[in-house]
Amino acid sequence: MSTTYRDALREALREALTRDQRVFLMGEDVGRYGGSYAVSKGLLAEFGEERIRDTPLSESAFVGAGIGAALNGMLPIVEVMTCNFSLLALDQIVNNAATIRHMSGGQFSIPLVIRMATGAGRQLAAQHSHSFEGWYAHIPGIRIVTPATLEDARGMLWTALMDPDPVIIFENAMLYNLEGELAPDAGAVDIDRAVVRRAGQDLTLVTYGGSLGKTLEAAAQLAGQGVSAEVIDLRTLRPLDMATVLGSLAKTHRMVIVDEGWKSGSLAAEIMARVMEQAFYDLDAPIARVCSLEVPIPYPKHLEDAAIPQVATIVESALRTAARHG
Amino acid sequence: MTLDRALARSLLKDMLRIRRFEEKCAELYSAGKIRGFLHLYIGEEAVAAGALRAFGPDDAILATYREHGHALVRGIPAGAVMAEMYGKAEGCSRGRGGSMHIFDAKTRFYGGNAIVAGGLPLAAGFALADKLMRRPRVTACFFGEGAVAEGEFHESLNLAELWKVPALFLCENNLYAMGTALDRSEADTDLCEKARSYKVPARSVDGMDVVAVMDATARAAAEVRAGGGPQFLEFRTYRFRAHSMFDAELYRSKAEVEQWKPRCPILTFTNRLKMEGLIDDPGLAAIEAEVADEIAKAVAFAEAGSWEPVENLARHVYTEAA
Repeated sequence: MSTTYRDALREALREALTRDQRVFLMGEDVGRYGGSYAVSKGLLAEFGEERIRDTPLSESAFVGAGIGAALNGMLPIVEVMTCNFSLLALDQIVNNAATIRHMSGGQFSIPLVIRMATGAGRQLAAQHSHSFEGWYAHIPGIRIVTPATLEDARGMLWTALMDPDPVIIFENAMLYNLEGELAPDAGAVDIDRAVVRRAGQDLTLVTYGGSLGKTLEAAAQLAGQGVSAEVIDLRTLRPLDMATVLGSLAKTHRMVIVDEGWKSGSLAAEIMARVMEQAFYDLDAPIARVCSLEVPIPYPKHLEDAAIPQVATIVESALRTAARHG
Repeated sequence: MTLDRALARSLLKDMLRIRRFEEKCAELYSAGKIRGFLHLYIGEEAVAAGALRAFGPDDAILATYREHGHALVRGIPAGAVMAEMYGKAEGCSRGRGGSMHIFDAKTRFYGGNAIVAGGLPLAAGFALADKLMRRPRVTACFFGEGAVAEGEFHESLNLAELWKVPALFLCENNLYAMGTALDRSEADTDLCEKARSYKVPARSVDGMDVVAVMDATARAAAEVRAGGGPQFLEFRTYRFRAHSMFDAELYRSKAEVEQWKPRCPILTFTNRLKMEGLIDDPGLAAIEAEVADEIAKAVAFAEAGSWEPVENLARHVYTEAA
C-alpha cells in the first residue's frame, strides 16, 4: 500500500498504544495540534487525553517525567519537537536516562522512547536545523536509531519500546513527506543492524537518516559513470554495527561517509577511526567524508543547500575516492 | 500526634542512627576508606527521621546527594549503605555510585541524585505513572533549597499541579546552596510562595523538630494520596557540618553555626522526652548501644566486602541478555 513516512510513524504509534496500556505519548502539541509535524494527528480523538498528553514548553520536566514514568512501570513515548530543543532536556537524558542503570549497579531499567525531529532543508535557520544524533551517539547508556525508510519508520518504534533501555529515535524532518509502498503487514524491525541498501563493488558509501535518499541517488548517478557504489544505511548509530560496514569495505576497499552532522568530532569521524583501528589494511585509498560545513545552518536556500551534504557533493567525493590509487 | 514511648524511642533512634553513622563516615573519610564527595546530613536528621514515616513500601522515594539519612531510615541495611561508601561490590549500588548515589529497588529508593533539582522531573513522572495506573501511591521527592533556583523546580511543580499527580515535594532548606546563602541567590526567599505560584499547596515546617516534621508530612502525604494533587513542604533546618569534606566554610561564621547548635534536633528531642518522662538515661544508653552495634556491623560488612572485578567494569550500562 502507498503511504508516507509520517503515516508510517503514526501507524507505529497507534499500534503501540493499542497493544500495551502502559504506552502513552507526551510532548509539546502532540494532542490538539496533532503534532508539529502532524505525526500524532488524530491520536487524541482515538486514545484520549490521558494517553496523548500535551505538555507545557518544559523539555527538561517532561523528558524527566518520561524517565520517571518508565522507572515506575510505564512505556512512555516522549516527543521532543526538534533535537534543537532537546538540549533543554540534555541533563535529564545524560545524567538520568543514560546513567541510572549503571550508577545503581544495574537495578533499574528505563524503557523510555524519545522521538525527535532532526536535520536541515526547510529554511528554518540555525535553531531549528541542526543534527545532533551524532552527539547523542557519544553517550553510553542510550541507544540511537535513525529510521530512513518507510519500513523503519513503521517498525523501529515497537522494538525500541520493548528495549529495556532508553532509545532515542531521530526522524529527519525532510523525510516526513517521503512517499512509497509499504507492505500492509509491515511491523517491528530490528534496531541492531546496519543494512546494505544498494549492492556495489567499487566503493562503499556509509550513511543514515536524511542522507540515505541523497546517497542512493548519488549511487545511481555514479553507476552511470561506471562506478559501482554499495550503500550502507547504518540505521542505529549507537551501538554501531561495524561488522556490516567492515564487511562491505573488505569487498570494495574504498569508503565515503555521508553524515549531516558537522565534520569535527562527528559520527563520520568515529566510523573513520574504527576503520583505521580495525581494517586499515583493507583500505586502497583514504576514507572521505561528506558532512555539514562548520557553520550554524543559515536561512537562505542557496546557503543552506551549500551547508549540508548534497547528491552532487557525494558524487564528486565518491569519484575522487574511486580514482585514487593507494 | 501524641507521642507514645515506642514512637518516641523510634524517632530518637532513627536520628541517632543517622548522626552516629555519619560521624563514623567522617572518621572513615579521614582514614581514606571513603573517597570522593561526602555530604553529611548532621543537623538535619529530624527531616528524614520524621518525614519518611509517612510513606509505605509501595511509595517511591527520590533523594539528593545528601541522602545517607534517608537511605537508613527508609530501611536500606546500614551495611549495604556503608559498603557503597567504600565502593565495594556488596554496596547497594554495587559500589558504582558511592555516597551520592544510593539506590535500592527493594525499598523503592531511586537515588541519590547529584544534579541539583535533577530528581524533580523524575518525581513528576513517577507520580504520573501511579495516577495513570490508578495506584494509591505517593512519590516523595527530597531536595535542598538550592534546587529552587533551578528551572527544573519550576517546570516540575507546574507540571505536577497541571496534571494533579500524587507527588510530595519535600524541600530541605538548610539556608546554603553549597556556600551560597539563600538571600544571596533568591530575589524572594519565601519558598512556599514559589510553590503556591503554581497553585501547589505549601507549608513551612520547623525542620529541627522531628515531631513537627512527622505530623506535617503525614498530613500532606495523606492528602496527596487521596488524590488532591501535589504538595510542597519546606523544612527549615541547618547543616552543622561543612557542605562536603572539601569545604573550608568561608561563607558563614562559626558564631552562626554555634547559634544553631542548641537547636540540634537530637538534643532538643532528647530533652523533651526526658521532661515528659518518655525516656531516661539508661534508656538513652540502650539506644546508643544498639546504634553503635549496628554501625560496627555495617563497617565490618563494608570492610569484608569485595572489589568488583575490573572485568565487570562495562556491565550494567545496558540491560544484559537474560
